[in-house]
Amino acid sequence: MEIVYNGEMDKRACKEVLGRVIPQLVKEDPEIVYLDADLMSCIGTLKGTRDVADRAINCGIAEANMIGVACGLASAGFKPIVHTFGPFASRRCFDQVFLSAGYAKNDITIIGTDPGVMAAMNGGTHMPFEDMALYNTIPGATIIDVTDPTLLESAIRQCVNRKGVKYIRVGRKQYAKVYAEGSEVPIGKATVLREGGDAVVFASGILVHEAMKAAETLAAEGTQISVLDMFSVKPLDEEAVVEYARKTGAVVVAENHNRHGGLYASVAQVLCERCPVPAACVAVEDEFGEVGPQGYLQERFGLTADHVVAQVKAVLARKG
Amino acid sequence: MDVSKKKELQALAVRIRMAALEAIHSLGSGHIGGALSICDVLAVLYGGEMRVDPQNPQWPERDKLVCSKGHAGPGVYGTLAVKGFFPYEELKTLNRPGTRLPSHCDRNKTPGVDMTTGSLGQGTSLACGMAMGEKLRGRDSRVFLIVGDGESNEGQVWEAFSFAAAKKLDNLVVLLDWNKRQLDGWTEDVLSMGDYVEKFNAFGFDTVKVDGNDVEALQGALERTRVGNGKPFAIVMDTVKGAGIKEVAETVMNHSLTVNDEQYTRWMAQLQSELDALEG
Repeated sequence: MEIVYNGEMDKRACKEVLGRVIPQLVKEDPEIVYLDADLMSCIGTLKGTRDVADRAINCGIAEANMIGVACGLASAGFKPIVHTFGPFASRRCFDQVFLSAGYAKNDITIIGTDPGVMAAMNGGTHMPFEDMALYNTIPGATIIDVTDPTLLESAIRQCVNRKGVKYIRVGRKQYAKVYAEGSEVPIGKATVLREGGDAVVFASGILVHEAMKAAETLAAEGTQISVLDMFSVKPLDEEAVVEYARKTGAVVVAENHNRHGGLYASVAQVLCERCPVPAACVAVEDEFGEVGPQGYLQERFGLTADHVVAQVKAVLARKG
Repeated sequence: MDVSKKKELQALAVRIRMAALEAIHSLGSGHIGGALSICDVLAVLYGGEMRVDPQNPQWPERDKLVCSKGHAGPGVYGTLAVKGFFPYEELKTLNRPGTRLPSHCDRNKTPGVDMTTGSLGQGTSLACGMAMGEKLRGRDSRVFLIVGDGESNEGQVWEAFSFAAAKKLDNLVVLLDWNKRQLDGWTEDVLSMGDYVEKFNAFGFDTVKVDGNDVEALQGALERTRVGNGKPFAIVMDTVKGAGIKEVAETVMNHSLTVNDEQYTRWMAQLQSELDALEG
């Protein structure tokens, strides 16, 4: 794995990666089936799967049924990849995922696109600030908050062969480039992107880029922070949390999700039990989403580099 | 159907009822009404219609059963015990700590249970995925799906039925247990679902309605499903909730009942005399 972060955007949108990798996997591995709920066009898989149409199943706008069908296919030994927008991949079919997949041990990979403010122009109805909270409650589940296109491809390839319920949340647009193309990024391990002793920011998804920008701003003011990519929200790299909490004594958690039940809640649990230090979050408060450009929404819900800087200063003040 | 085969299936249905009663009585209460209503179809399925091997419950080429009304577990367990998938004595562990026989069917616990069910409606989509999986694997296995009439209140059921017809799952046989009662009473009063035959036909199924407590009628209907015609099959089984034990059937609110020692002894004696008459 090679880290190549320099603040530039990755040229590839994640939609392109999904549109390439999913058809490729279905063609490469006869055990893989792909199911979608009338959103194939949105991730560019419609054309690429035409010649494997028997294993690229459009279930129509019926997410609960789609999850069940995927689980039935899993029981016949197949490795299903399921896609729909994030809110419909979590809230809409939660009992089906919990029981038909999780409890019944039918292993499936679920991709929920446009998490949190990335739902932008689709607005509040399509804006999941709580999808990770739901998946966090499923025993043995895996939750990946995608950092960039390279991580997306690596995560999908690992998830299809992984036990349990796997949930990958990813925006279809561009992300800042973090990992060199072709890198394998192992699930369960946090990635250290920057070392600094004054505080640590545990970030995931689009907040990784914001945290890295914040680190530059703080460095210019003489404050050195560590930044870790916590893309593996579950299983969480608890050892990395404890190590960096001890090393720095001040923690900020940054995520494109509300503060209840996501990365902040999971990190805070570890801190409570193993290493209590001042902590704060950059996350959505107890609110529903709304419509608008992503830039506006990041300001509106407090998910920018400036918000990270402010929270780092706040925990540093409490650190004493 | 020749007389001896009919008697054999009827006797199997009585044995399944005795086994279900054994399990429920050992605990003192349970979902007896909806377990008894499906004993006849279970007898026909496991008495020859389904391709299964009790010694090899995971045999991939077997036919599969999804009892989507998962609370009818005791009926399914009774069937599997009688057919030798696990020891008969194990029926007395129903719902006991550490049991392999939980209230609702669990594919990871019970030998012979093909799918986990319990949250109503979910088994329908699972069965569709299983049927599709058989086709993708090039196997001629069939998937039998038992759905409760009360269960069909759930919207997911109708999503799944649309899917089954659209994807031409003609290796799927839906067995609708039209026993006309659900937990709070008569389905007509709780949430009337209209005419199931018309509904299934409108959804694109090949549909028949039969006396669901008559093994000969059930056998005849199931024979029609052996060769696929591009449509999924639906058999609307006109049943009595609590069928086979008169007092249970006559108790309107019989979704879950207590069974005391006196009732158990009396009902077992009645079932035993039916069995003797059939096998005598």
